[in-house]
Amino acid sequence: MKRKQKKRYSRRTFIEQASKLAAASVILSHLPARQKKTNSIEGEIKVAVVGCGGRGTGAAAQAIEADKDVRIVALSDVFLDQAQDCLSSLKEKYSESDQLGISRERIFTGFGSYKSAIDLADVVILTTPPAFRPQHFEYAVKKNKHVFMEKPVATDVAGIKKIIKSSKIAREKKLNVVVGLQRHYQKNYQTLYKKIKQGKVGHIVSGQVYWNSGGVWVRPRKKNQTELEYQMRNWYYFNWLCGDHIVEQHIHNIDVANWFIGSVPVSAQGMGGREVRKGKDHGQIFDHHFVEFTYPNGEVVSSQCRHQKGCMNRVEETFQTTRGNFTLNGGGEGIIKNNRGRTLYEHNSTNDLNPYQQEHNDLFGAIKVGKYLYDDTKRGVEATMTAILGRMATYTGQVVSWDDALSLNHSLVPDLRSLKDNAPVNPNSRGEYPVPVPGITTYR
Amino acid sequence: MGSPANERGRKKDEGPIHNVFLSPFWIASHETTWDMYELFLNGSNETRKANRGDVDLGVDAVSSATTPYVNYNQKGFPVINITQYAASQFCKWLTAKTGNYYRLPTEAEWEYASRGGVFSAYSFGNNIKNSGAFAWHKGNSSGTIKRIKLKKPNQYGLYDMHGNAAEWVLDSYDPKAYIERTMTVNNPIIIRKNLYPRVVRGGSYKDNAQSLRSASRGFSSSAWKKRDPQVPKSLWWHTDARHVGFRVVRPFATPNKKQQAEYWVKPKKEY
Repeated sequence: MKRKQKKRYSRRTFIEQASKLAAASVILSHLPARQKKTNSIEGEIKVAVVGCGGRGTGAAAQAIEADKDVRIVALSDVFLDQAQDCLSSLKEKYSESDQLGISRERIFTGFGSYKSAIDLADVVILTTPPAFRPQHFEYAVKKNKHVFMEKPVATDVAGIKKIIKSSKIAREKKLNVVVGLQRHYQKNYQTLYKKIKQGKVGHIVSGQVYWNSGGVWVRPRKKNQTELEYQMRNWYYFNWLCGDHIVEQHIHNIDVANWFIGSVPVSAQGMGGREVRKGKDHGQIFDHHFVEFTYPNGEVVSSQCRHQKGCMNRVEETFQTTRGNFTLNGGGEGIIKNNRGRTLYEHNSTNDLNPYQQEHNDLFGAIKVGKYLYDDTKRGVEATMTAILGRMATYTGQVVSWDDALSLNHSLVPDLRSLKDNAPVNPNSRGEYPVPVPGITTYR
Repeated sequence: MGSPANERGRKKDEGPIHNVFLSPFWIASHETTWDMYELFLNGSNETRKANRGDVDLGVDAVSSATTPYVNYNQKGFPVINITQYAASQFCKWLTAKTGNYYRLPTEAEWEYASRGGVFSAYSFGNNIKNSGAFAWHKGNSSGTIKRIKLKKPNQYGLYDMHGNAAEWVLDSYDPKAYIERTMTVNNPIIIRKNLYPRVVRGGSYKDNAQSLRSASRGFSSSAWKKRDPQVPKSLWWHTDARHVGFRVVRPFATPNKKQQAEYWVKPKKEY
């Protein structure tokens, strides 16, 4: 990549801006750094769900369970059937509950429907595929809503910049924002973080983070679907919608590296490709990536993510320090060892709260009492951008610096109005989509 | 079936002792391993219908599983963290593939197999001190599941009945199940609609040796899916049952299709 661009978003200024803006610093993560007043909500807390798939429905359920005053008042999805499935699942779970306030006219469908749903709410849950997050977050903030949004927060650099801009405004307006990087709300991570920062085994020199698994669902093309509808349904396999699994899924582990090291990387280099998963309904994304992230003090983190069946699964983060090592995973494990192999701490997660519930309990707890406690945008942006940086490295086969990546006008997501609109990528005559080729793919 | 009131570590749900008649059956000598289970898991196409879970396998309308949330799925190690439904679907797939009828054991079959023909707390007697030769438990596992068949088998040639992975059986858990069994019961089984609690047997690498007794009864809970962030939750995977696996049985007399179907675990959506 050429270094000719204006560095409007250089790494340093980016971090400075972000930290100035952050109500809760990265170090204090979700803890109340400063308690500020925001508008308190009397009586019921109205919630709108934008993006009604399995995760959106799950988040709605967690919101309902977070506080008895939460009332789901509106659902928005591009697809009517998704919104209906969401509603029937919630009704199944909360049949007797008055926390479901959705009548038929409060289900909104289509690309622009998020606006109508957001308008009706105090708090919005943004759980569409990540491509749409920047647009939805921008509108939610404009309309003074508190936000729970899933990770990643964008699929491209243009989206990242939009989120940064909206984050500033959210901060000025004291809107609580929680991002679904739930490891920050999980006890084993919080406990180990504290112990590592206290210097239990010195400081981090290197790490390995993994999301190696068999992959996720596929939704094959159906008759009568427009190209755009097909891509929206089978969204995992299209970069503009999903960001590739290094961004969509592996972000969790990459985020842990940023969190524990206390910085974003200076640069990334790596390799990746499609070895196994390259069928007709597998769109464009790679089935494996391996990236080395280099951090400012020379720490190096190797990141592996693989979607290949029949291989060993591992979803975990492990780090070497000056005096030992430690390992963590979403399964609740957390272990610190000294450099003689002796266990210094082993976390027992038996009584830990489910982190997906915890993040909603914390968010709605703050909103209810009118406090401004949560701003996860900084780490949401940083983790997403780090993963995008890794993807740029594996797609191009080049070393990509943070500063260069952020100075790009890298934009994948078009403005969409209807399922009849042109899709941003199209298959060739054999039904194959353009796949990135290391050494050939470039960004300008 | 059940344990005497004076058995060490005995719980109330294990009594009273009662006679059970069982039809002959074969039971797998070891817990189902990842290499076996992945033939089922990965051999299928991966299309899914509207909700998570139901996938057409192309074999006798058996549906297959989504991919796991389990680290270290190594060959020769028991498959773990799967739901009772997933375990049953594996049996159904195996039946379709082989032409022989396989299913999960009933709780009574499991206990019979575990005892190895003797009526002591463990197949190796009552002395907990001998457990190390036969079983992986909290005291000797260092908290991790082990490769199958590393310990001695019981008198029936069955490995890891005590410990390593706890094992799914077909029955729903009822702490008072035995109380009504005043006379010899014929092939007992309790199947209820509730998804929880259902029985797991044999204890695991995480449990004290006393929980590995042949009569000891464990059971599932919704907490085993607590970290599934979606609604509906996965039909196939638990998130917090890394100690639970299964083994298969094949009845000596093959039941007719209708009877076969009665022993398949029904899918139940969890919201």
